Formats: sequence, structure tokens, C-alpha cells
Amino acid sequence: MPHGRSTVKNRVENTMKTVLMISALSSVAIVFLIGFFTLKESIPAFRGIGPLNMLTEKVWRPGQDSYGILAMIAGSGLVTLGSVLIGVPLALGCAVFLAEVAPKWMAEIVRPSVELLAGIPSVVYGLFGMVVLVPLVRGIEVPGNTGFGLLSASVVLAVMILPTIASVAESALRSVPRSYYNGSLALGATRWETIWRVNIPAARSGILSAVVLGLGRALGETIAMIMVIGNSVIMPKALTGNPLSIFLSRARTLTGNIAVEISYATGVHESALFATGVVLFLLIMIVNTSARGLLKASIEGGRRK
Amino acid sequence: MEQVRLTTRDYSLFYGEFRALNRISLSIPANRITAFIGPSGCGKSTLLRSFNRMNELIPGVRTEGTVLLDEGDIFREDVVNLRKRVGMVFQRPNPFPKTIYDNVTYGPRVHGMKNRSKLAAIAEESLTRAALWDEVKDQLHKSAMALSGGQQQRLCIARAIAVSPEVILMDEPASALDPVATIKIEELMNSLKEKYTIVIVTHNMQQAARVSDFTAFLLTDENRAGNMVEFGPTNRIFTSPSDRRTEDYITGRFG
Ligand SMILES: Nc1ncnc2c1ncn2[C@@H]1O[C@H](COP(=O)(O)OP(=O)(O)OP(=O)(O)O)[C@@H](O)[C@H]1O
Ligand SMILES: [Mg+2]
Repeated sequence: MPHGRSTVKNRVENTMKTVLMISALSSVAIVFLIGFFTLKESIPAFRGIGPLNMLTEKVWRPGQDSYGILAMIAGSGLVTLGSVLIGVPLALGCAVFLAEVAPKWMAEIVRPSVELLAGIPSVVYGLFGMVVLVPLVRGIEVPGNTGFGLLSASVVLAVMILPTIASVAESALRSVPRSYYNGSLALGATRWETIWRVNIPAARSGILSAVVLGLGRALGETIAMIMVIGNSVIMPKALTGNPLSIFLSRARTLTGNIAVEISYATGVHESALFATGVVLFLLIMIVNTSARGLLKASIEGGRRK
Repeated sequence: MEQVRLTTRDYSLFYGEFRALNRISLSIPANRITAFIGPSGCGKSTLLRSFNRMNELIPGVRTEGTVLLDEGDIFREDVVNLRKRVGMVFQRPNPFPKTIYDNVTYGPRVHGMKNRSKLAAIAEESLTRAALWDEVKDQLHKSAMALSGGQQQRLCIARAIAVSPEVILMDEPASALDPVATIKIEELMNSLKEKYTIVIVTHNMQQAARVSDFTAFLLTDENRAGNMVEFGPTNRIFTSPSDRRTEDYITGRFG
């Protein structure tokens, strides 16, 4: 009976639709719930201390009711900056190598190894940082340098964001049509000139969004940072006359602040940690939204080709 | 006697083990338009790409015999320099995703020119020669991707002209274009031959007859290797070919 079969079919179809819709909506709901509760818990802190005060005050001393998170914003900002400065050139080098230079067999060995980096748990990166990097950095003879600090943390973070950036940038480079490459070579450009002047600019927006994705990842990293950054709640400052020595300073990230203190915090202190979370949430949201915007621009740019 | 710009002698090309071109010998006259015609797969593009050594980008390619540009062995010449002297326009317009201005000045810049006013002069001159200047002079700093297909192809011709080549190779330059744009490209070729030697691959018999001064007819033999059957003034090839197979092809009896 064809009629009956088709109603059964319809019913299955409708059920499927509902199930899929529920699972899609529930992830939206979860994001909103988390956002809502974080915000709600942070209200006492924002009320009592004032958002502007929190954002601009350097001292975080819960015992004395000082809840400034500027030092942590600086810590997160600097370690992210450091990781981008180290990680982005590495990742882009990696992407260009994989997309344009490496013979196939070599790419097939290198690419999975790079992807494997993404699968290593944060805590293992932290261990590696503590055991290998920190002693190395401690070798830099500057008074006050303990090895724990922004430099070690930046290097660890650089390696952690490398696979994301490298693989997104590689696919951006791969999607550049071969005809550009041939056109450039036919004009007498060398392979390097072509990669530099044609392929990389053509993949520019994809590469940019790769970097921003990496940024988002860097801002959110927690445990590995706690293990190597030293966690002192101080405004990072240069240890010597050389401004670069700021990277030898200990620091604390926004994420680390929450993770380290939440287990014993109560009252306003606890609320202030939620407020830290809200700030972090906003930062990452800004970064991700701009990443999505860039990605969209790059896809539309690709269509126009 | 015509002055010869490009010569091949007993030139063969192999893709791995496969012989795609079999002992081709021909002389391409300077400041003329020479057309390569023949059925699909007979090696027209392969032969064309030999003159600027673009075949070398394909792994496993090997050649035998000689190719000369103005008496000089092209395989001894620095490949960058060779490609400066022998420009190429592809079947599908392939402007870079840059501005019109950056497309035209790409070649000169790659070859080290930095002087802004010189670059601007080259851009204007090349676009004018490519019959595109009037259409784009007010939008030089807009993306080349926004141009029509025909305009893009003329931009690619301008881009090739900008490095002052002696030869311009064109592989079915109008096959992706509509009839009006095609006529434009054909007219353009005619005005360009004063200054450049043009070699064009085309599937379109009328086009070959219309624009070219000389025609080479290629055909595959029983091993699928491309052979040159006949070469001569286009007039003669089309009115009184000396080879039966040429006549058959031109009159549409096969291919
Ligand atoms: N990259 C390549 N690798 C291997 N074989 C190739 C390659 N390019 C072309 N060939 C072969 O060489 C022969 C000549 O190809 P070519 O593209 O030069 O022909 P063509 O005359 O330009 O054909 P069409 O008119 O279809 O463009 C064909 O048999 C083709 O299959
Ligand atoms: Mg062809």
C-alpha cells in the first residue's frame, strides 16, 4: 500500500527533523545558559567593585578586598602576543612548506606529525614546559628570573597553537588556483617570488583567519599556563633596562586566575572570579567573531575568482 | 625570406615514456602570427609550451632535439630570462586577484623595477597596446576580478606585454570568450604583430584562417605521437594543402 508507506516515511522524516533540531538547539541553549550563569554570578562583583574599577585596577588581593584584574589581562595579553610572535611565523613556514614546497611523500610524513601536536593534552605541554623549557630559560642570567614566566609560557603556547594555524593556513594556500602560479612563472617570476607575491597574498584572508583562530585558542589555554607562567599576580614588568626582559617576568593569565582560586573562593571573591570569566568570554567572543568574519570574507573573495 | 624567430629541429617531447611530440622541425617567422592547428591531443599545447619551457613544470618531461630563439638554444638560456622574452597567454583568463594596475606591473616589478612613474608609464602603454586602456583607465586600482572575461584576457595580454617580450604564445586565447570578445582579441593580435611574434593554438579553423599568416598542422601518428604534417603560409595551407590529411582536416572530413 503505497499510501501507507509514504505516511510511515513522513513520520520518520519528521521525527528525524525534530531530533536534529533539538540537538542543534540544545547546544545553543547550553551556550546561553553558561553565559547567563557566569554573568549572573558575576553581578555582585560588578556591583560591589564596579566594572571599570575591576578592569583598570592592578591589585588583586582578595584578602583586602582588592579585585583588579588588569594584571591578568596584561598577563593573558602578553603571553598571547608572545605565542603569536613565535608561533605564527613557525606555523606559516610550516603551511607554506606543506602546501608549496614539500614533495608529496614528505608532506605525508610532516602533516600528520603537525596534526598530532593538536592531540597532545595541555597538561603534557605543561609538563614539557616545566621540565625542559623552564630550566633552559632559567639559564638566562637576569636577576629575578626564575625560568617560570611569560617567555616559557609563550613558547609552550606557540607550539600549542601551531597545528591549528598551520592546517588552516595550509588549506587556504592550497585553495589558491594553480593558474595563478603558472601565470606568474610564465612572466619570468621564480617559484619563491610567486609564492611570496601571488600565493600568499591570494590566501591572505584565510591565513589571517588561521591566525585569529590561533589567538582564540591561546587566550583560552589554562592548565599549561598555570604550570609554567609562575602565577604571581603582578603587573608584568621588565627585569632589566631591556624592555624585552618583560617576558622573563612572572605573570598570571585570566584563565589561570579562575582555575587557581575558585576552589576556595567565597562571596565577593568568588563572584569576582566569575567576572574574570565574563571578561575572558567577551575577549574570546570578539576574537572568534572577527575570525568568522574574515573566513566569510575569504570565502566570498574565493567565489569572485 | 622571412626573418626567423623560433626554430625547432628534430624536437621530440616525452611525458615519461609517452612520446607526445615526434621530431618536429619548423621555423616560426618574426613579427607574424603563426597558428598551430590539429585535432585534440595532437600536441599543439605541448609544442607551444616548449617555447617558454613551461613543460618543465610537469614531472617526468624529457626532450630531445633543439629549440632556438633567435639562434640561441633556449635550454641553455636562463629560464627566467627566456620567459621574459617569450610571454604566454593562457586559455582561461588568469589575472591575479590583485588590482588591474598590480596585474600589469607585476612582471616589471618582479624583474626589479621600482620607479613609480616608469611603472605607471608601462601600465598605460601595455594596457593601450592591449586595447584595454580606455575601458579601465578610471578603475586601475579596482580588482581585476571584477572585469569581464574578455577584458580579463586582454589584461593578461597587457600583463605579458609589460615585460617587453619578443614572442607571445597564446593557447586558445579566445575559446572561453563570447564572439564579440573573440573578435576583439583577434583584432588585437593583428595590431600586436608589428612589434611581437605571435604563436597561437586554435581549434577554430576560421580563426586560424582569419588571423594567422602561417599555419602548422599537427596530427597524431599510430603511436599517438604528435607529428607535424605541414607548415606554410596560411593562404596556401587553406587553399591548396600539399598533404591529403591537411585537406581532410581543413574541410572537416575528420578530427
Ligand atoms: N601533463 C601531461 N602528462 C602526461 N601526458 C600529457 C600531459 N599533457 C598532455 N599530455 C598528453 O600529450 C598529448 C598532447 O597533449 P596536448 O595537450 O599538447 O594536446 P593539444 O593538441 O593541445 O590538445 P587540445 O586541442 O585538446 O588542447 C596528449 O596525448 C595528452 O594526453
Ligand atoms: Mg591544448
